[in-house]
Amino acid sequence: MRHHLILRVITKLLIGSIMLFALYVQFHGDYSPGGGFQAGVIMAVAFIIYGVVFSLDEAQRVLPPWVVHKMAALGVLIYAATGVYSLFVGYGFLDYTALSPDYPEKGQHYGILLVELGVGVTVTGVMVTIYYAFTSRTPIMDDEAW
Amino acid sequence: MLVATALAVVRTQSLFATAMLSGVFSLLSALLLVVLDAVDVAFTEAAVGAGISTVLMLGTLALTRRFESAPSHSPAIPLFVVLVTGATLIYGTLDMPNFGSATAPAQVHVAPEYLERSVHEIGVPNIVTAILASYRGFDTLGETAVVFTAGIGVLLLLSGLRRRRRNKREDV
Repeated sequence: MRHHLILRVITKLLIGSIMLFALYVQFHGDYSPGGGFQAGVIMAVAFIIYGVVFSLDEAQRVLPPWVVHKMAALGVLIYAATGVYSLFVGYGFLDYTALSPDYPEKGQHYGILLVELGVGVTVTGVMVTIYYAFTSRTPIMDDEAW
Repeated sequence: MLVATALAVVRTQSLFATAMLSGVFSLLSALLLVVLDAVDVAFTEAAVGAGISTVLMLGTLALTRRFESAPSHSPAIPLFVVLVTGATLIYGTLDMPNFGSATAPAQVHVAPEYLERSVHEIGVPNIVTAILASYRGFDTLGETAVVFTAGIGVLLLLSGLRRRRRNKREDV
């Protein structure tokens, strides 16, 4: 299993910056292009690349399938909980003013951040789930097959 | 270049090349979207179209054969349908306003209102995010639920199949 040395080293270098970029896109979405969806996809790519270059088992040791499944559900819950919270505090569903009644603009900021976080977590979970579902069905390919 | 890539996708028999070429196609359309100033959409297209779907296609490829099988029917009827649809769509674009026109319906309907209101109502510089997460929060919640449902669907279909096959093997 010592082949593809260059690929392995470069991947290890890249994964860190891919994740960092995903977080940047996630939390800087209010100022620059991008948001939860794009960030979720980029974050998922970091794990998928790890799974492609190393192996599915290695990737699943880092991020077990049950965690990924829970992540997919957790994101929707974060999103919906934001809405339900504002409902309980006495505003409309998903009215972000509820998060900071004195400064509505800040409330909007927090609300968008929370909601985008929910989207990002769900998208990461679903993308990695789909990848796991596809690759766990394949026999492990030897390099000659390509 | 988009057309050339699309033709290449149709012409090649190797499915591996097809998967790679469709990734190229997505990247090119992402560039097109950047030219149209839709940076957020271009971002998504590049990440999903060129990144994830290429990987998923390769994953599917490993499950199936490497080359296309010869078509079992004549290409005349599909070609006719494609040509008619294409001609209708091109005829439809003749009515569209010119590129960058300030009086286009998209510029004069709700867009100016969002542009004016979001600065002091939301205070977020990226108006796309403001519309998506705040004004259209319900829609985005629905979209997130759709993504979640899609993931569950894939999971049920693929892992269910595996279990059934295992059962069958035990029967034999």
